[in-house]
Amino acid sequence: MELYDLEKKFQEKIEKEIKIEPRDWMPDAYRKTNLRQISQHAHSEIVGMLPEGNWISRAPSLKRKAILIAKVQDEAGHGLYLYSAAETLGTSREQMIDDLHSGKAKYSSIFNYPTLTWADMGAVGWLVDGAAILNQVMLCRTSYGPYARAMVRICKEESFHQRQGFESLLVMSQGTEAQRAMCQDAINRWWWPSLMMFGPKDSESTNSDQSMKWKIKRKTNDELRQQFVDMIAEQIKLLGMTLPDPDLRWNEERKHYDFGEINWTEFWNVVKGNGPCNKQRLEARNKAHEEGAWVRAAALAYAEKKRVRTTAKVA
Amino acid sequence: MHIQIRKFYYGDIPEENTGGATPINHSTEQGWPLWEVFIRSKQGLDHKHVGSLHAADAAMAIENARDVYTRRQEGVSIWVVESKFVHASDPADAESLYEPAADKIYRHPTFYDLPDAVKHM
Repeated sequence: MELYDLEKKFQEKIEKEIKIEPRDWMPDAYRKTNLRQISQHAHSEIVGMLPEGNWISRAPSLKRKAILIAKVQDEAGHGLYLYSAAETLGTSREQMIDDLHSGKAKYSSIFNYPTLTWADMGAVGWLVDGAAILNQVMLCRTSYGPYARAMVRICKEESFHQRQGFESLLVMSQGTEAQRAMCQDAINRWWWPSLMMFGPKDSESTNSDQSMKWKIKRKTNDELRQQFVDMIAEQIKLLGMTLPDPDLRWNEERKHYDFGEINWTEFWNVVKGNGPCNKQRLEARNKAHEEGAWVRAAALAYAEKKRVRTTAKVA
Repeated sequence: MHIQIRKFYYGDIPEENTGGATPINHSTEQGWPLWEVFIRSKQGLDHKHVGSLHAADAAMAIENARDVYTRRQEGVSIWVVESKFVHASDPADAESLYEPAADKIYRHPTFYDLPDAVKHM
């Protein structure tokens, strides 16, 4: 079959909503795009454990500590589901980890912001996980089978993350004046970075068009961002807090909230590695990996020793 | 009232590099093999493929599968199989393998028209 025919057949499958599976023929660019997106997504889950892990030892109660540990453990699990999905495209786990550690691969920039107070745990759950969920719900219907299946699993677990975050802020919003101030401060700091999570504007996004055609993505960055703003602008009323955007107001004509301009200079700076925590995050990952090297080697040596012993017994 | 919020700037991860880490050449490190994981969600149902993971041996694969795939009571039993032992049909053969079944509709009970008077069939 000619390459042209293969591509035509491939696109027909996409149009008919038939999922693409690992051993099916796919255009190189489709493979590359999925690999980049899935591995970035996996890295984000793994690096995403760091800002929250920061507060496990300082959680204000046993209940909150147990919740936070469960959430961080989920994120490790989500990273593993996604790495497995990416591996079906023909890369190795070691290669992906190396790319993350060398700084070659990207992860979501949101995790390059520091978590400064306990209220940040609530704000991260509500805003950051809230933004992530919109993206992930869309990805449950993505065209690559293993990615879609991983996302279904993740979405089932993720909604607790957002709910616990909002509930934590709700408790704080009904607390002392200092607690209320801390709550508002966390919202102020996380609001704009959360909006940036959806990526550049549609007019400037280079990956969007082809990804939509291949149904890897099904909604544009701006569509998802608007959906997020509409959702949060309503929810914040229940907290009795405000969002740090003087231009935020309901637009009766559009039936959506209008909102102010994102600081794109900051966005690109953080993407390029100059955010407040980029260096720390990579150092933490590298350190953990290097210090775990002997454990990985020992486990392999032990497995080999057992294998040799079992073989000897049989013979 | 002046409220002061204590902020832990850059307090996330210790700055100093504690511990005696030795730089290793990652790309030559031998990775753990890949395992496919199957979970029985409850007694009486089949084990179903849920995903894969890396582990040094079968015992570790089962332990890891328990942590990765059954955190919310998703299963009561786990199978693991090293991925290299799984053999699969070729997607390119799909037409010749599965299409012949499409025109044999007489293999389905709905193919047969029976009078309404026939009960329990």
